[in-house]
Amino acid sequence: MRSPIRLERRLEQPKWLNWAVPLISLVVALVLGAIVLWLTGKNPIDVYQRIFERGFAGKKAFSGALEMATPLAFTGLCAAVAFRMGLINIGGEGQFYVGAIGAAWVGIAIGGAPTGVTIALMCLAGMLFGSIYAAIVGILRAKFNTNEIITSLMMNYLAGILLNYLIFNSTSYWRNPDSPQFPKSKDIGARADWNTYKIFGIEMPIAFLIAMLAGVALWFLYKRTRFGFEVSVIADSPKAARYAGIRTSSTIVIVLALSGALAGLGGAADVGNFRGLLDAKGLQMAGYGYTGIVVAALARRNPITTIFVAIFIGGLTKAGYSLQGPDFPSGLVGTLQGLILFTAVAGEILIKYRLRTNLGRATAVAA
Amino acid sequence: MNSNIFVIIISSAIFYGTPLFCAALGGILTERSGVLNLGVEGTMLIGGVSGAWACLHIGGSAWFTVTMSILVGALAGGLVSTLLAFLCITLKTNQTVAGLAITIFAGAVGLSSYFANIWKVAKTPVPRPIRTMDVFGLADTPVLGPILFRQTSLTYVSWLLAIIATVYLFRTRIGLQLRAVGESPQTADAMGISVIRYRYIHTILGGALAGIGGVFYSLAIVPTWVDGMTKGAGWIAIALVIFGFWRPSLTLLGAYLFGALQSLSSTLKARGVDISGDILDALPFVMTIVVLVLVSSRFAHRRLGAPAALGVPYEREER
Repeated sequence: MRSPIRLERRLEQPKWLNWAVPLISLVVALVLGAIVLWLTGKNPIDVYQRIFERGFAGKKAFSGALEMATPLAFTGLCAAVAFRMGLINIGGEGQFYVGAIGAAWVGIAIGGAPTGVTIALMCLAGMLFGSIYAAIVGILRAKFNTNEIITSLMMNYLAGILLNYLIFNSTSYWRNPDSPQFPKSKDIGARADWNTYKIFGIEMPIAFLIAMLAGVALWFLYKRTRFGFEVSVIADSPKAARYAGIRTSSTIVIVLALSGALAGLGGAADVGNFRGLLDAKGLQMAGYGYTGIVVAALARRNPITTIFVAIFIGGLTKAGYSLQGPDFPSGLVGTLQGLILFTAVAGEILIKYRLRTNLGRATAVAA
Repeated sequence: MNSNIFVIIISSAIFYGTPLFCAALGGILTERSGVLNLGVEGTMLIGGVSGAWACLHIGGSAWFTVTMSILVGALAGGLVSTLLAFLCITLKTNQTVAGLAITIFAGAVGLSSYFANIWKVAKTPVPRPIRTMDVFGLADTPVLGPILFRQTSLTYVSWLLAIIATVYLFRTRIGLQLRAVGESPQTADAMGISVIRYRYIHTILGGALAGIGGVFYSLAIVPTWVDGMTKGAGWIAIALVIFGFWRPSLTLLGAYLFGALQSLSSTLKARGVDISGDILDALPFVMTIVVLVLVSSRFAHRRLGAPAALGVPYEREER
């Protein structure tokens, strides 16, 4: 028996599919989410309306969306940069923590320096720490062909343990000695506060501007430079890359280091622009790294689209936090994000393949 | 003698290793068919929350409740991986991304937590946990008693499963065909074996076993549902499949090694050994990386029997 639907590889991929398919994926995900809600006895329209109001409608809600979008933009870029080369870096989570640790260190050490200097140095520290942490994964992959998915994930757990150690289980440089009962980090916000601008009543954190800049820079790197070209050759055909004399191993390490630097930058922003602390527990609860993968998948690895998708997912996440309560269970927004990832992944086939029904052919033969 | 620290470490290694082994055994079956399931962590969590729900709602004798909870967990795990099978086998999506999607969708802050919330499972100790038993009254035998005769029912079932799976994979016709599907789907297809059917069945079976592993967490290890309680066990299970070279027997040993690492921190703390808990907590993750590095050189991979078609969607050549 033949299946009623057939997939046929597209010879050409029309441009409009690049934006139409993610939109369709999103709609399908929301419909599936509505089914889950309905099956579990919730009113989907009511839930979606509340998410929209809390997440996006109005200046205050949109400011919140931007705040949440900032870390997600960085982790989204982190995942997207690696995806571009066919590498799956799910270590954005750990690289984010490590970046936060590095930035917090600098923030505490240079407290009181001019804001511009502080921001620059904290960013650099975050990037450096994040990129070194990710480069370990890259070196293992390049040297020993070790699966980067599992190693990067294991390193997330290790980074989490390191955070706990620094804040809860030791008297480290980061820990605030004035608060022995409630372990927390030294206050960084008071010494090194990052700017937040107000544009038309919307609060725009400077870190979000940095994320936008990073997105544009990456777009340029991948579309307009020799390095970007080499990365896309490796992604399309590692064999061809080898014949062309492209150094695959070192490119793997560089791409992962770049990817980690972006996540680390996100960590720096989290410390400097938002929490003003190295918040060991809060960071691990937030799961920015994992959500970043959803962002990158929905943005189809495009760095500029990633920024916009981050705002959307950011609003969704923010709404999830602020609505959480007895009639809005936690886990709901995570489920929705998972569904979006599913449909975004499944949507890829619509770009690569054409759906053909055998029914049409059967009638054609009959006629 | 039974409170000898080595006896305790080995017996708790088996206890903590049981869910790892269940999930890894599922991974072996799935990967032998050529499908890479990176959704194990999420599948385990869904299995765990469903098992906890069943345990709270299904009455009857302790045995009946526990058995039903395990079955419900298996069913839930099977359902989740049906979704993965549909994505990877029918829609031919990238298997790594699809597996990740499962873990994010079902994972610690996703569907498993949502279910725990709406079913009001969270933070309620399950009424009938999976307990260790006293087999043949030998549990107090020196040394061997705690190791072999005072384990949970599921541990004994998992030993049985290890034997069944070994025979199935290497001594039966269906097992041979399964391996053919994972090694060279084109050849298998030409022989008239349904690649699609084999892959679906073994992906779903693998998910069911992962679900059972999850139930062990919510019914035996903690025994209360906590969001994200598997804490990376699903990922360790994936690494264990590689570590065990896709063979149930070696994977069983690997699972107990990692079980020992996982239990070390609580065991040593209970004995008053002064060592940083953080270092012990980090051990399983560090070891996973070390082991992966050791076994994943290209040479080792080819010699040790990774299914050749692992992770590659099967597409029949068509005109």
